[in-house]
Amino acid sequence: MNETGHSGSLLKPAKLKTATAVELARVNKWYGDFHVLRDIDLKVMGGERIVICGPSGSGKSTMIRCINRLEEHQAGHIVIDGVELTADLKKIDEVRREVGMVFQHFNLFPHLSVLENCTLALIWVRKMPKKQAEEVALHYLKRVKIPEQAQKYPGQLSGGQQQRVAIARALCMNPKIMLFDEPTSALDPEMVKEVLDTMVHLAEDGMTMLVVTHEMGFARQVANRIVFMDEGQIVETNAPEEFFAHPQHERTKLFLGQILR
Amino acid sequence: MSSELPAAAHPAKVVFYNDPRVRSILYQLALCAAVAFLVYGAASNAIENLARAHIASGFGFWGHTAGFDISQTLIEYSSRGSTYGRAFWVGLLNTLLVAGVGIVFATIIGFVVGIARLSRNWLVAKVAGGYVEIIRNLPLLLQLLFWYNAVLKALPDIRDSVVLRGGIFLNNRGLFLPEPVFKTGFGAVLFALLAGIAGAVIFYVWARRRQERTGQQAPVFSVALALLVGLPLAAFMLAGRPLGFEFPQAGRFNITGGIEVLPEFAALLFGLSIYTAAFIAEVVRAGILAVSRGQTEAAYSLGLTPGRTLRLVVVPQAMRVIIPPLTSQYLNLTKNSTLAVAIGYPDLVQVFTGTVLNQTGQAVEVVAITMLVYLCISLGTSLLMNIYNSRMALTER
Amino acid sequence: MTMAEGDLAVTEIAFVRHSTIGPRPPPAAMTGALGWLRENLFSSTFNIALTVLIALLLAWIIPELVKFLLVDAVWTGADRDACLESVQHREIGACWPFVWERLPYFIYGSYPIPQRWRVDVFFALLAIGIVWLLWLNAPRRDLAAFYFFVIMPVSSFILLTGWSAIGLQPVDTVLWGGVLVTIVVASVGIVFSLPLGILLALGRRSHMPAVRTLSVIFIEFVRGVPLVTVLFMAGVMLPLFVPESLSPDKLVRALVGIAIFASAYMAEVVRAGLQAVPKGQYEGAMAVGLRYWQMMRLIILPQALKVTIPNIVNTYIGLFKDTTLVFIVGIFDLLRTIEVARIDPKWATPVTSTTGYVVAAIFYLIFCYGMSRYARAMEARLARGDRR
Repeated sequence: MNETGHSGSLLKPAKLKTATAVELARVNKWYGDFHVLRDIDLKVMGGERIVICGPSGSGKSTMIRCINRLEEHQAGHIVIDGVELTADLKKIDEVRREVGMVFQHFNLFPHLSVLENCTLALIWVRKMPKKQAEEVALHYLKRVKIPEQAQKYPGQLSGGQQQRVAIARALCMNPKIMLFDEPTSALDPEMVKEVLDTMVHLAEDGMTMLVVTHEMGFARQVANRIVFMDEGQIVETNAPEEFFAHPQHERTKLFLGQILR
Repeated sequence: MSSELPAAAHPAKVVFYNDPRVRSILYQLALCAAVAFLVYGAASNAIENLARAHIASGFGFWGHTAGFDISQTLIEYSSRGSTYGRAFWVGLLNTLLVAGVGIVFATIIGFVVGIARLSRNWLVAKVAGGYVEIIRNLPLLLQLLFWYNAVLKALPDIRDSVVLRGGIFLNNRGLFLPEPVFKTGFGAVLFALLAGIAGAVIFYVWARRRQERTGQQAPVFSVALALLVGLPLAAFMLAGRPLGFEFPQAGRFNITGGIEVLPEFAALLFGLSIYTAAFIAEVVRAGILAVSRGQTEAAYSLGLTPGRTLRLVVVPQAMRVIIPPLTSQYLNLTKNSTLAVAIGYPDLVQVFTGTVLNQTGQAVEVVAITMLVYLCISLGTSLLMNIYNSRMALTER
Repeated sequence: MTMAEGDLAVTEIAFVRHSTIGPRPPPAAMTGALGWLRENLFSSTFNIALTVLIALLLAWIIPELVKFLLVDAVWTGADRDACLESVQHREIGACWPFVWERLPYFIYGSYPIPQRWRVDVFFALLAIGIVWLLWLNAPRRDLAAFYFFVIMPVSSFILLTGWSAIGLQPVDTVLWGGVLVTIVVASVGIVFSLPLGILLALGRRSHMPAVRTLSVIFIEFVRGVPLVTVLFMAGVMLPLFVPESLSPDKLVRALVGIAIFASAYMAEVVRAGLQAVPKGQYEGAMAVGLRYWQMMRLIILPQALKVTIPNIVNTYIGLFKDTTLVFIVGIFDLLRTIEVARIDPKWATPVTSTTGYVVAAIFYLIFCYGMSRYARAMEARLARGDRR
């Protein structure tokens, strides 16, 4: 893992240590009495792009939030690139450094400029000198195609621009795995495309991605596997073409009938 | 419909009393006339009544001898030599003293309680909540009277004073502390303190620069603390401990020497601090809650520790929401310090609007001056607050 | 680490679940009393330390409180001997006989005993008014406003001060005291501050510069000075400004001070409510042809007031607590009557003062806490109403 800053290594895609990027084994989670995740078994190999879909309340967001310990699971094992997630704070920090997350509501820091949003973690977590951090940040801002907004504040940007900044911010830490929690659900329709295009480019560069989304066009274009969840469990998984053309389970058919016109 | 509309060379004429502009002017004239009439009536009545009671007018009383004692004076004052004007300053300084110390205590207690209310620990949160609910629903005057009469006045008499180690006497006339006597060489300690402050600031700036250049972090807090405490301490030792104490001596009816902390001051201080802290706790709680959970989640997912997340992401945003209502609570505390008159603490109102007004009878001048002082404090603070707000507003489209 | 067999095909891309997993109860350590304790009280070493500390603190305070108020308390007696340790030879808590004997004084002050029924009628009229106004399902609540702000004040005034013409013996305000005075001062504050506050708020938002300037000056001046100075001003300056024949009595002066002070604060609260009413409402009302006062009365003010009811109630709570300040200008409100009673030599014991303050605390807690619960309920109700 990278501790001190060396901008060169941060600009090259990070390599996983093991072949399996994420493994969830019999993961169970409860909110009080409510059994929100039931016996989740999922194995994501390096370089795979997984799209997770399902009706609201099915536990999709909860599942990926367990991967970077924003939520805690009560039973089962979660292993990220060989590191098991437990209550051990050091392990949690390790995992969070290597897993990036993009949120539905962007969660940019409004009191910092776009550039400062991106360099914050580089300076304080990777302990980089400021100049280097800014170079890295600009590199990724260019990658999401908004380098000219570097000095603006989040309040001055459109939704689509903010989400792209959020993606750049996550990429600055050079994560091995990227998690997306409904990244386009809060955007006006005309801005969805720019964000999806950014994510497609990311996929083309070989990033391991887990994406919770309703954008089926994106899924068809980019996903290796589609995972359908309902009532806290994985109901069906398949490659995109097969998934859309020949859904097997009753509930999958019902769901697809509702969202595809 | 008439087919002969007059050519509109100019807009149609309106009857003057229906014209809104004319009406508005008439209303305002009527209002100003009414106010002027009232003011004139009040003033002439006042002149008549004052003349009848042979009370002087004007501010000449400011230079007259006061002739009464004040139990706590931060500056030189004597009943025989000092003027009413001097008494004014004594009272004002006492107000500022209790307000200043009260603000410090209230802020500390308020922040602790406010954060405690948000704790995951159920017991801590509930106890903090209980404190806030009870204190906010009891009148401040009741709390002051309780502290003064039921607690401090219930302490033993002078003859049975509680004696603490270090020569401290506690009784119902006050808390008697040893008075520090600064011998030669103490100047070096003060100098060392200033040097410590300067050193801490310089170190902080240097550490920031170094972090920007190389990314390495330095333990700023520990070093600053060491400088602020260590340097003065070293200077103190090296100068041969230039600090003596004049200990209070217990006589038969009195205690002489030392510093006397009046029970009036202590009661007012406790009452004001505890009361205002309950309100500050709510302000702090609202400020922290105003920062959405998503901000902490985003910071955690980037790998920031909870401590750094608080310092770099949550607190800056929370402070924007906290500071305006916080200053308004500080103003409330300052205004509430006027309750001193109920327990006899010689603040501005008690000394000036109380004793001085009684002795000179010049109610209008005295009350006007007092109100002017508080008005200046309030308006001045509001002005500063507005400037602060406009500078700190988050930049938006 | 192994994967479970059975319905799961692990490394293949395609998978279909054949049997549904039903919900299961959470593991024992998570639920029930034990789980809740772990989660909330003992989740980390720091938390454990805090819990222990606070539990110790409570274990010290609460028994002491119960001891003082109930266990060691004296319940009957005729004078101080009943509450003195040296006489009773045991630890003494609260001196309740002191309260029983002086309770009428705390409630009525020195109001003549045969006339005290008038005070009771006043309390009843006030209670009716409050319930009628605040109970949301009450019939004809518009009449309730008229009753509360017009009928009740006038009839209460006549009732309490007396009017020989109808056989009510005049009672000088000097004799009033205790809860009667507190309620009178608070009620006057409430009744006058809302209408005056509305006028001031409208004045502040007016387009007429003279009106606006005068309103701003008044509001900022009164809000910038302490209530004590306003009471002093009313107390010593009011007699100077009126011709000698009209010299107002002490209570009236204090009431004027309180009313002025409360109006300025209420003005700001109402102003916030007026700002919350969308501009479209003003435009719609004007488009329909309503004139200024009609627009305000029928459209704008009802909405503005509804939105700020929680803030209005909070201001009333503050006003209720501020009534204690009339103590300082010599009016015998509840606190002052307690002060007078507690230094009575007949009941001089070390616990008399605390007992007196406990009585005051109970009174104010009930009223203020009750009002704050009402405010919170209104807030919740308003929030619910906004959700579609």
